[in-house]
Amino acid sequence: MTDVKSLSPGRQTLRRLVLNPSVLIGGTLVAMILALAILAPVLGTRDPNELSTSNRLKPPGYEGTMRVYTDEGRMKVPVWYPLGADTLGRDVYSRIVYGARISLVVGVSVAGISIALGVLFGLIAGYFRYLDGVIMRVMDGLMAIPAILLAIAVVSVFNAGVMSVIIAIVVPEVPRVVRLVRSIVLSIREEPYVEAAITAGTRVPTLLIRHILPNTLAPLIVQGTFIVASAIIVEAILSFLGLGIPADEIPTWGNIMGASREVFQLHPHLILYPGVVLAVTVLAVNMLGDGLRDTLDPRFARRV
Amino acid sequence: MMTKTENVLEVKNLTVSLPGDGDRANAVENISFTVAPGEIVCVVGESGSGKSVTASAVMGLLPAALKPTDGETLLEGENTLTAGKTRLRDLRGTRMAMIFQEPMTALNPVARVGEQIAEMLEIHTSMSASERRKRAIEIMELVHLPEPKKMVDAYPHQLSGGQRQRIMIAIALVLDPALLIADEPTTALDVTTQAQILTLVKEMQERRGTGVLFITHDFGVVAEIADRVVVMQDGRIVEQGPREDVLRNPQEPYTQMLMASVPSMTPPERKPVEGDFAIDVDGLVKRYGHNGLFGRGRVVLAASDVTMHVRKGETLGIVGESGSGKSTVARCIARLIDPTAGSISLHGTEIATLPESKLRPHRRKVQIVFQDPYRSLNPRRTIGLSMIEAPVNFGTTKADAIVRARQLMQLVGLPADALDRFPHQFSGGQRQRICIARALMVDPEVLIADEAVSALDVSVQAQVLELLDDIRQRYNLAMLFITHDLRVAAQICDRLIVMQKGIVVEQGPTRQVYSNPSHSYTRQLLDAAPGTEVEFGSGRAS
Repeated sequence: MTDVKSLSPGRQTLRRLVLNPSVLIGGTLVAMILALAILAPVLGTRDPNELSTSNRLKPPGYEGTMRVYTDEGRMKVPVWYPLGADTLGRDVYSRIVYGARISLVVGVSVAGISIALGVLFGLIAGYFRYLDGVIMRVMDGLMAIPAILLAIAVVSVFNAGVMSVIIAIVVPEVPRVVRLVRSIVLSIREEPYVEAAITAGTRVPTLLIRHILPNTLAPLIVQGTFIVASAIIVEAILSFLGLGIPADEIPTWGNIMGASREVFQLHPHLILYPGVVLAVTVLAVNMLGDGLRDTLDPRFARRV
Repeated sequence: MMTKTENVLEVKNLTVSLPGDGDRANAVENISFTVAPGEIVCVVGESGSGKSVTASAVMGLLPAALKPTDGETLLEGENTLTAGKTRLRDLRGTRMAMIFQEPMTALNPVARVGEQIAEMLEIHTSMSASERRKRAIEIMELVHLPEPKKMVDAYPHQLSGGQRQRIMIAIALVLDPALLIADEPTTALDVTTQAQILTLVKEMQERRGTGVLFITHDFGVVAEIADRVVVMQDGRIVEQGPREDVLRNPQEPYTQMLMASVPSMTPPERKPVEGDFAIDVDGLVKRYGHNGLFGRGRVVLAASDVTMHVRKGETLGIVGESGSGKSTVARCIARLIDPTAGSISLHGTEIATLPESKLRPHRRKVQIVFQDPYRSLNPRRTIGLSMIEAPVNFGTTKADAIVRARQLMQLVGLPADALDRFPHQFSGGQRQRICIARALMVDPEVLIADEAVSALDVSVQAQVLELLDDIRQRYNLAMLFITHDLRVAAQICDRLIVMQKGIVVEQGPTRQVYSNPSHSYTRQLLDAAPGTEVEFGSGRAS
């Protein structure tokens, strides 16, 4: 083992990171869900949008046949529904596996876009004091908009789809990131090493990127994971309410549950399985976030 | 079990072990000393010498990671190391009490100061609320707080630093403890306030016969108040004895070295520096705050009509207490903040009003070394990267800059391979050397040292002062030396400016200012400096 002290601060953090149990468990679960999404076609799934009117509302583990029309005429092929079939005879297992894709895409892109915008405006608001007031008042305004109401508005103006869902969730998240970044910039810009860089003639963009931005990295990674978790939940809520991605185009955990709203008392498995997967995913992402916060941002961990 | 002893505190063979990964096995090792009633014992040592650990051990406040492994601390014959939690709680406040360095954080900001004094009485006595209040007012009067009847209902933020420390002392003494432990109680205070607090501690100890264990790093303070002195180094007691013996006739080489490192209050003879003005400041004004959008904002005049000049090869000191505007002036000259009015001319170039884009070529000429060596270097970048940042900004190639960095590292007494390491691998003194080397990378004409040696231990301080003086001569630099420490100023400055509340009250050659101060504030500062009757340092440590 090398001497810990001679490592750069970044490498020391990395060491602590891989030894943290929350990071290990949460990270493993997230990795498994990621694998599920990427490997969806080879995990024994069928076309998640394939209908079968004769196999509607079948219980989990049902084995039967399905009529398929080919060039040679009508044929019967054996089918197996490990988690049952929904109101239109679609395979719930396949829909859940493919649904992981949309949840992760929405979660990660919302986090990515909010952090990119948040860092930009946060750095500007924190460093250029004369723009601070204007930017922060706009952010206060955005923060007052609830994601769900905004989604309803966006969906009624544009079509329901992945993009409108992402926009609807990003808008209220951005101000949180801006506030975080701004507060860090405000404290770091007073540090003597930043002032030393100013007297060294370092230009403002370099100063921001080289000396100030790295300090926001750890809190942003932590904040990012929480945004991912909340975006997955909001997306599921929107889809469940029918405001998100339509169930007949792309399956998402939210719209799988939404499609079974009317029959869930008789067929609870239609809501149970996607619900469990959703809950486990959010839990895993939050665990990862907690672990990252404890290791990357110890001061913040003690405050909470 | 209670054996009657003469001493209030008797520390016998105390050993406290450090956790396994520390840089030494024991925080303190086999230390023994005593505090008699009505005696002030000063424990003095540099940072990391174990003096605070000793105090915490006596109070039973050691962090969980530190375990006392041997010895005993007898408070009036009772061992506090083995006392249970409940017993310790009883002892604290009634038999022993502690005051801390930072009086703002040691007081609860949301409780009235009177309540905080009364709380002690509430916990340890059966007095009624009105009696407690009366007692609180009495003790506040005793520590010479003005209008105690009014102040008893004040909140900590409404008081000055010195008044807060008086409240802390009142809380500590309200139950008349036998032992008062003071852990650097005046380090965060201005020199005039420090003098008052020291007088108060002395008065309390004399009047009440309290034994005082006074922890400090400042030999001036030791000379001022100690009856006996305990000198610590690396967890061991190097030397102990009555003040006169230890200060005037130290036996151990370490004590001798420390005593030689403390700068003398007597400025040496210096030839007046002739030559061109490197920097010429005329009528500099810095005003903070402005009239707000709604109504009138608060306006503070941090520097008002400051006029001064520094010649090449000269060291100009700016001394003053906190809030005097000395750092504001320095930061205006370095253009870290924009002056409100006035002119700053560098070799005839006016830089006070230059916009950032035109200012950039002149940035090189003024470099600054900050107080806190732990925050002056970006912790994520290697020393090498921090060193070459400025020259690369001004067009030097990376390779040339690194060659220069190696030379300068040698000049400041660090190995050239230090460039590949990170700031956390260096001590405070080493980091300050790195900061000085970094400032020299761009061949500045003016070097501003803003309290550059204030955070350092005396022995390191002496070396860094030596280095600064050497560099000034070698590069014929104009140096602006900002400090609150009159001893340091006496040793390094050719001329001196005394500031008070943003105004220059006196300036002149250092020797003249010290021997014949013309302004009453300067006289006040010089009188307040602790330990002037003991002659330290007889020149600088060589």
